[in-house]
Amino acid sequence: MKVGILYSRIRKDEKLLLSELRDRGHEVEKIDVRKVQFGLDSTTANVEDLDVVVDRCLATSRSLYATEFLDSYGVPVVNSPETADVCADKAKNSLALAEAGVPTPNTKVAFTTETAMEIIEEFGYPCVLKPVVGSWGRLMAKIDSRNAAEAILEHKATLGHYEHKVFYVQEFVEKPGRDIRVVAVDGEPVAAMTRTSDHWLTNAAKGGETASFDLDDEALDLVERASAAVGGGLLGIDLMEVGGDGPNYTVHEVNHTVEFKALNEASDVDVPAAVVDWLETKAEAESGNGDSAATDGEELLV
Amino acid sequence: MSQAECVECGADVSLHDDLEAGEIIDCATCGAELEVIDVSPPVLDRAPELEEDWGE
Repeated sequence: MKVGILYSRIRKDEKLLLSELRDRGHEVEKIDVRKVQFGLDSTTANVEDLDVVVDRCLATSRSLYATEFLDSYGVPVVNSPETADVCADKAKNSLALAEAGVPTPNTKVAFTTETAMEIIEEFGYPCVLKPVVGSWGRLMAKIDSRNAAEAILEHKATLGHYEHKVFYVQEFVEKPGRDIRVVAVDGEPVAAMTRTSDHWLTNAAKGGETASFDLDDEALDLVERASAAVGGGLLGIDLMEVGGDGPNYTVHEVNHTVEFKALNEASDVDVPAAVVDWLETKAEAESGNGDSAATDGEELLV
Repeated sequence: MSQAECVECGADVSLHDDLEAGEIIDCATCGAELEVIDVSPPVLDRAPELEEDWGE
């Protein structure tokens, strides 16, 4: 098959993917989105005859627009722009999970510091304030007191980009020092790992220690439902273990340009191989649809 | 293994064989993050600074 890779930085994840694709004899078209023009009906990127394009953009903003344009030309792209749109924004992500009946932490959004403060006081301390767009645990605030809340809200309102004035407040979930990352393709888990840390943020990017994890039936069901809630695709689904009488897990996030190098090292599963298996299936399915991409080379002006 | 010049400090940077355009490597001499612009012949430039919307 002929596979396009949207990128602006080749991380270890992309190198693993490229290596697996080339080892299997697939043709790869690397598309550096920084150098591409996207017009209303065509692009300067060489997307003609591509069986599938994989969005591996590091920047969320580029991911959203690049997939939207490619999709509009009829180029098969994974993940879909609809999935990217939901996953790129934590508020939309939370809404999609809640609408699908997937257990997710209690979350409220406000647009002013005063109303955000009301929410924080209602949740009580600690609670969590997150940017609606962002990753790797950056700019996440665990709020332990009213004084801290006032300071953080003032800073966000004064210094932040307009998106930081969308105050996304979430209950603090007492988890057992770890959360669970599952990489799944259309709801089917490829592999799972725990990420453990003494810090409340357990992201691998924050230095959380990783270990392979076996999903039980309840977690398998949640992964399938969380994937469907955001439109499916190649996803990183994050769960926390919770106690009490209710469900044993809560799904706090679904990521649409998932990094898998840590999972590849933590588990016995060959993650890039599984991803390419899935891409081959997607490409085969797309080839049956008869879609064709519209491109006109270098002369496009946007 | 080939080499290229660090655009930050001018030192020689050793490049591994499976170099990819778009990859980031560190200069062992000055620590600068360098982006591989081209592989044949190898061309390096300063890597872009971290942006707020980067991630998964």
